[in-house]
Amino acid sequence: MSAIRLSFQKVTKRFASRKGVEPVTAVQDLTFDVADGEIVSIIGPSGCGKSTLLNMGSGLDPATLGEVYVDGELVTRPNRHVAFMLQKDLLLPWRTIRENVEFGLEIQGAPARERRDRAVELLKKCRLPDFINHYPHQLSGGMRQRAALARTLAVDPAVLLMDEPFSALDAQTKMVLQQDLGRTLAEAKKTALFVTHDLVEAIALSHRVLVMSDRPGRIIREIVIDIPDHGNPMARRKHPHVGGYINELMDLLHIEDAVA
Amino acid sequence: MSADFSDPTTRNMTLLSAGLFVAFLAAWEWLPGAMHIPAFIIPPLSKVWSEFLRMLGHERLMFHTGVTALQVLIGFVLGMFLGMLVGFLLGMSPTAEFVLSPYILALQIAPKVAFAPLFVIWFGYTVYPKILVAVLIVFFPIMVNVLGAVRSIDPDIVRLARSFTANRFQVFRMVEFPASLAPLFAGLRIAATLAVIGVVVGELVGGNTGLGYLLTFGEGAGNTAMVFVAIIMLTLIGIALYGAIVLVENRVLHFLPARDRRAA
Repeated sequence: MSAIRLSFQKVTKRFASRKGVEPVTAVQDLTFDVADGEIVSIIGPSGCGKSTLLNMGSGLDPATLGEVYVDGELVTRPNRHVAFMLQKDLLLPWRTIRENVEFGLEIQGAPARERRDRAVELLKKCRLPDFINHYPHQLSGGMRQRAALARTLAVDPAVLLMDEPFSALDAQTKMVLQQDLGRTLAEAKKTALFVTHDLVEAIALSHRVLVMSDRPGRIIREIVIDIPDHGNPMARRKHPHVGGYINELMDLLHIEDAVA
Repeated sequence: MSADFSDPTTRNMTLLSAGLFVAFLAAWEWLPGAMHIPAFIIPPLSKVWSEFLRMLGHERLMFHTGVTALQVLIGFVLGMFLGMLVGFLLGMSPTAEFVLSPYILALQIAPKVAFAPLFVIWFGYTVYPKILVAVLIVFFPIMVNVLGAVRSIDPDIVRLARSFTANRFQVFRMVEFPASLAPLFAGLRIAATLAVIGVVVGELVGGNTGLGYLLTFGEGAGNTAMVFVAIIMLTLIGIALYGAIVLVENRVLHFLPARDRRAA
């Protein structure tokens, strides 16, 4: 087993009560690890606290009980080891695509020359070399999300936290971006915690899928995805094992019960 | 914004616009006479022009215009900085906004020009009452727009910056300040015209300098052409300030699509 990059130890998150209302427990007693180079997806019903997990991982929102470790360090506030990516691209309209990719590096004080080289290199890798000096409004949704991925990778985080990054895209663009992400993460040997609603997306991208229960969210099952070739999610989608995993996930999430 | 004169539609529209201007000047010159409107009600163009030339020599027109313009500029700049400062501070502190909002609302509703006599009592017949009215009147559109801009920033953008370990000042410099620029310029355009109003009212109330003084002097002397000249000079000051703002705005907000920039 390789080194542990991200570790949740008995983590509980409660949101403070307003007057007369009981405190809400978003997630309860979560324990799991993500190893170096591993992609772990979290899947579960809406409102089960998936996004809360990522906020705790990024240090923006501390856990009520328990600890979160990144690279063995206790996470108490935002740090350079993690970077997150949301469904919204959050590109700044007054910055060019290159300047947007440099955003995190600039905050962390990297020299201008170094930032620029790194941004250009990543934009080439993310297949946006012709849009370096464009402004976000000139790009399509898929291209903007690719730029957001480049911005996330630019700070060279030990762990990427991704919250449904492709859920706002159309089905085909989504598959292309999944392919880009899978390839990029495999090449860079990056570790990622990936929240999604999309069962196939979770299976195609991940080494493991953690299934969460309704609120208060707990991990009810860990499924190891035994399909090779993580750099190629497109091929993994077509693997004969996918159907079996989907059935298992649908059972766990009671999707068919909701229809009946 | 440069018009493309090779485009026939643009050329036609420009010609039409120029033709209308000539027609307007001609109507001003000859229509009052043709309709038997006396010159003390509407002096014809030629009379206003000769009054302008007379005032240049005998009434120190350029001095008075310069005084008014300078007061407008100083009042505008001070009001702008004050409005931005308070707008950002209130934007960053919801508590301060909550506590102060009744006072701000009251002051915003109060007609700012009504403060002019008060400022004259305080500061006498100096430049200060005029500048102060301009500051007060410029302050609100700037503050309101900046505050609104800071409030409407997507909190996830701030969280993104913080997740990259941004400190408070970096969030301001890299997110809040640039995000406020488009609304700020919309506020500056409004404020440019208001600044002229503020200074003129200050001058009307008291003192012996500025175009507002020439206005009351012309009125007292029954010199309608003089009043017209003063109004035109005031308008030119407003146009110059407004034009300067649009010029800077086009440079600063170059990242916005042209359509959005004009709408702002």
